[in-house]
Amino acid sequence: MLGLKNVKTTMIAATLVAATAATSLPATAQESIYVPLFTYRTGPFSGSGIYIAEGMRDYLEMLNQRDGGIGGVKLALEECETGYDTKKGLECYEAVKDKKPIVVNPWSTGITLPLIPRAAVDKVPVLSMAYGLSAAAIGETFPWIFNPPATYWDGASMILNYIGGKEGGMDKLKGKTIGYIYLDAGFGKEPIPLLEQLSKDYGFNLKLYPVAATEMQNQSSQWLNVRRDRPDYMIMYGWGALQPTAVKEAVKINYPMDKFISIWWPSEDDAAAGGPGSKGFKALNWHAVGDNFPAIADIKKYVTDKNLTQTDKSHIGKVLYNRGIYNSMLIAESIRNAQKLSGKKAITGEDMRRGLETLNIDAARYKEIGLEGFAGPVKLTCADHNGHFATYMQEWDGSKYVKVSGDLKASMDKVSPLMNAAAKEYTEKAGSWPKRTEACDKAS
Amino acid sequence: MLYREAGQFKTNYVDDQAVFPIRQDRIGIAVILVIAFVGIPLFGSDFFISAVMVPLLVFSLAAIGLNILTGYTGLLSLGTGGFMGVGAFACYKLTTIFPDVNIIVWILVSGFFSCGIGILFGLPSLRIKGFYLAVATLSAQFFLDWAFVRIPWLVNNNTSGAIEVPSRYLFGMPITGPMAQPEVRYLVVLSIVTLLTLIASNLVHGRIGRSWMAVRDMDLAAELIGIRLYRTKLLAFAVSSYYCGVAGALMVFLWYGSAEPAVFGIDQSFFILFMVIIGGLGSLVGSFFGAALIYGMPIVLKGVVGLVGLQISPSTVEHLTFMAVGGLIILFLIIEPAGLARLWQIGKQKLRVWPFPY
Repeated sequence: MLGLKNVKTTMIAATLVAATAATSLPATAQESIYVPLFTYRTGPFSGSGIYIAEGMRDYLEMLNQRDGGIGGVKLALEECETGYDTKKGLECYEAVKDKKPIVVNPWSTGITLPLIPRAAVDKVPVLSMAYGLSAAAIGETFPWIFNPPATYWDGASMILNYIGGKEGGMDKLKGKTIGYIYLDAGFGKEPIPLLEQLSKDYGFNLKLYPVAATEMQNQSSQWLNVRRDRPDYMIMYGWGALQPTAVKEAVKINYPMDKFISIWWPSEDDAAAGGPGSKGFKALNWHAVGDNFPAIADIKKYVTDKNLTQTDKSHIGKVLYNRGIYNSMLIAESIRNAQKLSGKKAITGEDMRRGLETLNIDAARYKEIGLEGFAGPVKLTCADHNGHFATYMQEWDGSKYVKVSGDLKASMDKVSPLMNAAAKEYTEKAGSWPKRTEACDKAS
Repeated sequence: MLYREAGQFKTNYVDDQAVFPIRQDRIGIAVILVIAFVGIPLFGSDFFISAVMVPLLVFSLAAIGLNILTGYTGLLSLGTGGFMGVGAFACYKLTTIFPDVNIIVWILVSGFFSCGIGILFGLPSLRIKGFYLAVATLSAQFFLDWAFVRIPWLVNNNTSGAIEVPSRYLFGMPITGPMAQPEVRYLVVLSIVTLLTLIASNLVHGRIGRSWMAVRDMDLAAELIGIRLYRTKLLAFAVSSYYCGVAGALMVFLWYGSAEPAVFGIDQSFFILFMVIIGGLGSLVGSFFGAALIYGMPIVLKGVVGLVGLQISPSTVEHLTFMAVGGLIILFLIIEPAGLARLWQIGKQKLRVWPFPY
C-alpha cells in the first residue's frame, strides 16, 4: 500500500515540476525571428497535414541553412502539433503567444475562427492561406488577418466559371444539375450561400451532399443519392480522409470523373485512391507541382540530404508539399518586406502585419528566390488582404496532376457583395468590433 | 503527523455530519481556495491560466455533471457532449437576443435548456438500464450533433456555422471576447465552478443524493423503501444536464471564444466519461482528479519533454503522449479500479493512522 502513496506523491511532484516548467518557457535566443508552425502530422487529417508540415518547415529551414535566415537573422522555427483539433490548436496558440510569434498559420478553419478576434489584441497576424473566414479578405475590417491568394467563395465561382467555359457559356448552365459534396463543418458550409445565389442567377439546380466529419470514411449514402440524382457536375470541398473516400465512391458508382471537380485540397494520394478509374478527376490549384525549381533543389541540398528534417523524400514536389512551400514563401517574403519597412532586423508582429499588407511578389521576384514560374504574382493592399488571384484547373492523369486550363478568375461582381455583407454581419454580431487604427503603408 | 483528528471532539450532530469533519481538511480546502482565487491569478502565466486552468475547471464541471448521473445514480450516459452543446448554443442565442443581460446570468440560465433536453432524453431510463440506456443516450448525442449542424437558426445563420462569441462585460471589464484578460476569465470560471461544486456537494450529501445512490445500488430495493424511481432518475438527468450545459457554455464563451459544432461530438462525450471513470465514479473530488489527469497529463508530458531538452519532433511527442496516457489509464485502473478518488481516500486514511499500518 505504501507503493500506492509513492506513486501518487511522485505523480503530484511531476505535475508540479511540469507546471512550473510550462509557466516559465525558455526565452528564445536574441536576434532571431520566432516563427511557430501549427502542424498536424497525427490524427484523422494527417494524410493531408504531413505534406504541408514538411513543405512549410523545409523551405524555412533551407533559408536558415543556406542564407542564415532572413536579412541575417535566423528564424527560430517551432512546430506545434494540433492534430486539427481546435482544443489543441488553442493550447498551441497560448503556448507560443508569450514567445512573441510574428505570425501564426492555424491550418484549420476551426482554429482560425477563435484566433481572428484575438489577433488584433495580441498583435499577432494570422496567415490563413486560402482557408478560414472568406470575409477576412477585407483589410479595412480585419487588419490582422491575411488569406491570400483566393477565398473559398472565389474557388466556388472559379469552378462554376470553368464548368461554364466547358459547356460553352454561362447561360448553358441553365437546367443543369450540380452536386456539391462537402465536409459538414464551417469550411464546407461557407460556399453554400454563394452557390445558392449563383444557382438562382444561372438557373442550375444545386444538390447538397453533406458529409459529417465523423462519417468521412463512410459516404455510401451520399453517393447513392448522387447515383439517383445524376448531377451533371460534382463539386467537392473536402479535406483529410473525406477526399480519397469520395474519389473511391465516385469511381465505384461510375460517375464520370472528368466532371468531378474539387477545391484546391486533394493530394496525389487522394486522387490515386480510386485506382485507374479516377483518371480525369480535377482540382483547382494556384502553384506548380513537381520539384523542378532551384529553391527546391536547395531544399534537397541543404535540408533533406543532410537529414535535417523528417521529410519523406518521395513527398518533395507533391501538390501539398509545394503548398507548404508556398505558405512559407509568403512568410519569408513578408518578413523581408517587414525588415525593409521597419528598418529592424528582428521584427515584431506589428512589423510583420505591415510586411504582409504590402506584400508584392512579381515574376522577377519569383525568379530571384529560385521559384520562377512557381505561382502567379501576389500583391496585397490595405483594403484587400486576399487578392482574389487566378487559379488553374489540374487533372489527374493516373500518375500525376497536369494543368488543363488557363487562368481561372472568380466573378468578383458575384462574390464581392456577399463578402462585404458577411464582413458587416460578422462585426455586428461581435458586439463591439474595433475600428481599424493601423496606418496604411505605401507598397515598397 | 499533522493530519490527525485526535482531540477534535464533536459535541453536536451538525458537526458530526459535516462534509469535512476533520479540521485539517477544512484548512486544506481553505488553502486550496486561497491559492485558486488569489495565488494563481497573481502568479500564474497567461499560458498556465488560459490553456491549463480554465480548461481544467470547465472539464471538471462537466465531469461533475456526468458523475452525478453515472457515478451517483448509476445511469450510463454517452450524451455529455451533446448536452454541453445545448448549453453553449442556448447561451449564444440568449445573449444575442438579449445582449443587455449580463452574460453570467445567461451562462447559468443556459444550463436549464440543457436540463430540459436532458429530461427528455432521460425518459427511456425509466424502462431501460445499463448498456441499453447508454445506447439511448448515444442517440441523444447523435441527434443533438445533427441539430447543431443542420439548424442554422442556432448560430444566427452564420455562414461558417460556428458560434462567434461576442464581447460582453462585467463591471465594465470584458469577460468574453478577445479583450478579456485570462485572469478575469479564469476568476469567472472559477467562481461559477466553485459555486456549482458547492451546490453539488450539498445535493449529494443530502436526501436527494442518498436517494440517487439508493437507486444506483439497487433500484428495486430503493423503490421498496419509498423512493419514487421516475422522479429520482429524471432529477439526476436534469441536474446532470444542467451542469454539463453550464460547462459547455463556459467552454465556448470563456475558453474557446468560437466553436464549431464538431466540438460537441461523441469524442467529447467519451473524453468526459474517461475523466469520470479515472477520477472515480461517485466522487466530486474525483471529477477534478479525472479532469486533471486526462486533460493535464498530455500537457505535462509535453512540458517534461521540453524540459529535459530532448530533440523529439512534436508529432512524435504527440504519439508518445497518446501511448503514455493510455498506459497510465490502464495502470491506474489496475492499481485502483475505483479511480483516483479512492487512492486519495486510502492515502488520507493511511495518514490518519500513521505511523501504525491500521
